[in-house]
Formats: sequence, C-alpha cells, structure tokens
Amino acid sequence: MAKITFITSDNETIVAEANSGSVMELAKDNNVNGIDGDCGGVCSCATCHVHVAAGDFDKVGAPGEIEADMLELEDNYNEHSRLCCQIDISDAIDGVTLHVVN
Amino acid sequence: MIGASHAGVNFAFALRKEGWEGRIVLFDKDPVRPYHRPPLSKAYLTSDDPIEKHSLKSAESYEKEQIELCLGVGIISINRDTKTITLDTGEIQVYDQLVLATGARPLMPPIPGMDTAHQLYPLRTAHDVQQIKAALGDGKGKRAVIIGGGYIGLEIAASMKKLGAEVTVLEREARVLARVTAPEMSAFFQQLHAEQGVNVLTNKNVVSIATEGADNIVHCADGSQYPADLIVVGVGIRVNLELAKDAGLEIENGIKVNAQTQTSDTAIYAIGDCSFHHNPLYNRWVRLESVQNAVDQAKVAAAVIAGKDASYNSLPWFWSDQFDVKLQMVGLSEGYDELLIREEESERKFSAWYFRGDQLLAVDAVNNAKAYVIGTKFITEGKQVDKGKLIDTDVPLKPADLIKN
Repeated sequence: MAKITFITSDNETIVAEANSGSVMELAKDNNVNGIDGDCGGVCSCATCHVHVAAGDFDKVGAPGEIEADMLELEDNYNEHSRLCCQIDISDAIDGVTLHVVN
Repeated sequence: MIGASHAGVNFAFALRKEGWEGRIVLFDKDPVRPYHRPPLSKAYLTSDDPIEKHSLKSAESYEKEQIELCLGVGIISINRDTKTITLDTGEIQVYDQLVLATGARPLMPPIPGMDTAHQLYPLRTAHDVQQIKAALGDGKGKRAVIIGGGYIGLEIAASMKKLGAEVTVLEREARVLARVTAPEMSAFFQQLHAEQGVNVLTNKNVVSIATEGADNIVHCADGSQYPADLIVVGVGIRVNLELAKDAGLEIENGIKVNAQTQTSDTAIYAIGDCSFHHNPLYNRWVRLESVQNAVDQAKVAAAVIAGKDASYNSLPWFWSDQFDVKLQMVGLSEGYDELLIREEESERKFSAWYFRGDQLLAVDAVNNAKAYVIGTKFITEGKQVDKGKLIDTDVPLKPADLIKN
C-alpha cells in the first residue's frame, strides 16, 4: 500500500492510495487536474509530468532512458521531473509528494 | 457534443476548465464509459483487465464536473434552424453550440462471404475486442487471419502472437504500412514480424471468404488460400459524415473546419478524426486519425466556445507499439524527397528523417525517444539539420551537434 500526495498547479492537494498500478492511473482515478495520460500510460505523450518533492526523489528513482528523453521536450523539466505513468505503485514510494506540472 | 471518445471527452473537460457554466451533454452510440482506444489492439487485447482500466475519465469525474454522459444513444439528425438534434429515442435536444466528434467506423470492404464468415470482426470498439478475445480463447493454436497490414493490423498481429495464436497478415499492397510510412520503415516492420513468427504476406488481395461451420478459408486473387478460425479486418476507416452532410455543412475529405474548429455553421464545431482542417505548419489541409489531433482540437474548440482567442496549430504526432518496439512519429512526411536513416549502436534502435530539400518534415523513431524529441524541436522551431552529421553515428544525437550552421 502506498499513499501519494498530489499537489496540482492550482494548489489543490489530493491524497490517494493504492496497492498496484501506475501513479498516473491513481491520479486519474482521483481526478487529479493536470494529469491527462493521453497515451494511456505507454510513455508516448508526456501529459503526466510531475516534479517529485526534493526529499522524496530517491524513493521514486530516476527516469528510464526513453522517459528521460521524452522529458527533455517539456518546458518545465527539472532534475526532479518524472512521467508518472512510469512510476509503479509499491510500498517503496509510500508517503511521497508529487507536484503536478501542468 | 456528438461523439464521446478522445475528442468529445477531452472537449467536455476542457470546456469546464475554461469556466463554461452551462450544461454539457455528451452523446455516443457506444454504451461503454469512454475509454482509451490505442490500448484496444495492445494492452486490452492481451490482458484480462476490465475496460475500466482504460477509461478516459472516472465516473466520479463526470459527476464532479457535471458533464452529462448519454451513452448508447445515436443521433438521427441535426436541425440547424431550430438548433436541435434528434436522438434515436425520438427525443429532441436543443443546443447553443454543437460539437461533432463523430469519428469514423471500420471500412468493411465488399468481399463475398464476409457476411457469413465465422468469427470475423473489425477492431474499433471495446466490444469488438471482447468478441475477438472470446473467439481467441487462450489463443493457443488458434489460426488468425488479419486482413490489412496497417498499424491496426500489425498491432493486432503482435498481440495475438503474444497470446500464442498462429497469425497471418494479408496485405493488398506490395508492402505493409504502405499508406503511412516509407518503404524502409515497412521493410523493418515486415522483418520484425517475420522474426517473431508472424506470417506477413504482401500483394495479397482477398477476393472471397468461404465458410463451413467454424472453418473459414480466405481466398486471395493469386489463388492462395488461408484457413482461419478467426478473421480480423483492419483495412482502414470510413469517416462518419452523414449527419454533417445531411445538415448541409461543408464537406471535403471530412467535415471542413476553420482554425477555430468551426464548420461552415459557426455554431457547429467538428473535431477529431472527422475534421478536415488546415495545418499551418505544413500549410495544407489534412484529416488526421490520431489521439493528438483529437485532444488538441478539443482544447481549441473549448477555448473558442468559452470566448477566448485560440487557433489550431499543432505539430501532429503518433505512436505504435509492436512486440518490444516502440515507434514514435512526429510530423507529416507526405511530399518528402529524401529519407535519411540514423542508425544507433543498439539493435532495433534507429530513426528515419524525412526531408523536402533542407526542410525537415517528419521523423519516425524506433525505440529512440531522443530522435523523436529532437525531431519535434527542429520541426517546431524550423531549424535545419546538418544531414552529414545526422547520419554520422560518431556525432552524438544532440540538438547542438546536429544543427546546420
């Protein structure tokens, strides 16, 4: 079980939890604004961009190669950027905070 | 809103986000809560996950945003004088603004024997895939014939192969993906499928299907025959234009719209697969079958209806996943006069760059998101690529190294 805190670009805070699936799916199930997941979670559209809270980045980990390349196209890319369709939900990421970029 | 798939649903939510306070009513013939279509031929076909896993939005989202979903309802006609539409239930719905996202339906070619074939399906809806899955069972040893070697056909082939079926793809043209990509890309995908054990055959014009009980035999013009337990037809689409046509809206290769996605009646908009629109980046009229176009046009229509200045000027992009290959495409390659292939050190990782003179038109990237991203940047910014450096694998794939000085 992992509890995730999303903070949207209009400063709405949404706390959601799940056992499995991707963080993008969790965000969509909980109507988190700014997470569109247009491609359905195959790392092709970059519409699920989040900044992982600085202190949580180690828990979440760095993006894979394709994801990192996709992120480069994003205007608000920084060293804590992730596409959350590529973050699997597990105990390891329990308690992390994600700032939704769009 | 007529049509509640990628375009319709994204439009509705975008319109709320723009501050529209009036009613938003979505109609669609499909009774299933709107879902992502791309996974239908991939993840949804190969797993037991329910379609809800691929929903575009949760049921609560529609409630929260007060977006009314009227599913399983068809529309019979549009009456522009009274600003009403007539539902197939006989009811009348009034509108202030009407958005058409009527999409397309699978093209079912008039092949003798199609109507009587056993387990023959198109693939456009969740229901189609449910029927295909039921026909496949556990997949093992089932003989599947796929008519059409386009993206849909090849994605279905890859998925069915993964499930253990014996898969044959029959393509009428001399190469797969003939309508949408360069011969070099076609060759790559044909080989990929062959290596994975899919029987991909080209120059195969299906002329009839003979069926006895549960056994189909697919006959081609060259006399060859292919037995099939299951047949999937993926030969393209027909745009759903009837409503717009009957309403007297201007039609070309789709419902003609301006940069604000308005049809020839400014109270009626058309977005997604059904819209024939001008792409300013390429300065030509196009009709696109893609998620990107549906979503981007939805945003423009919503902004315009909410009273904002907005025009459509997106760079088109597409993707396809087959086996372990991720294909990402950006731009429109039509009219190219030179194709350069950039190889990488890894196997099955390369990119195809389409040029007209010095102008980069499009990039197809195979397992190579970097090429896709760089291609997007160069096309958007109108920058020129140094072709010599591009094909030199000793030059890193980085914008600064590839720009033409």
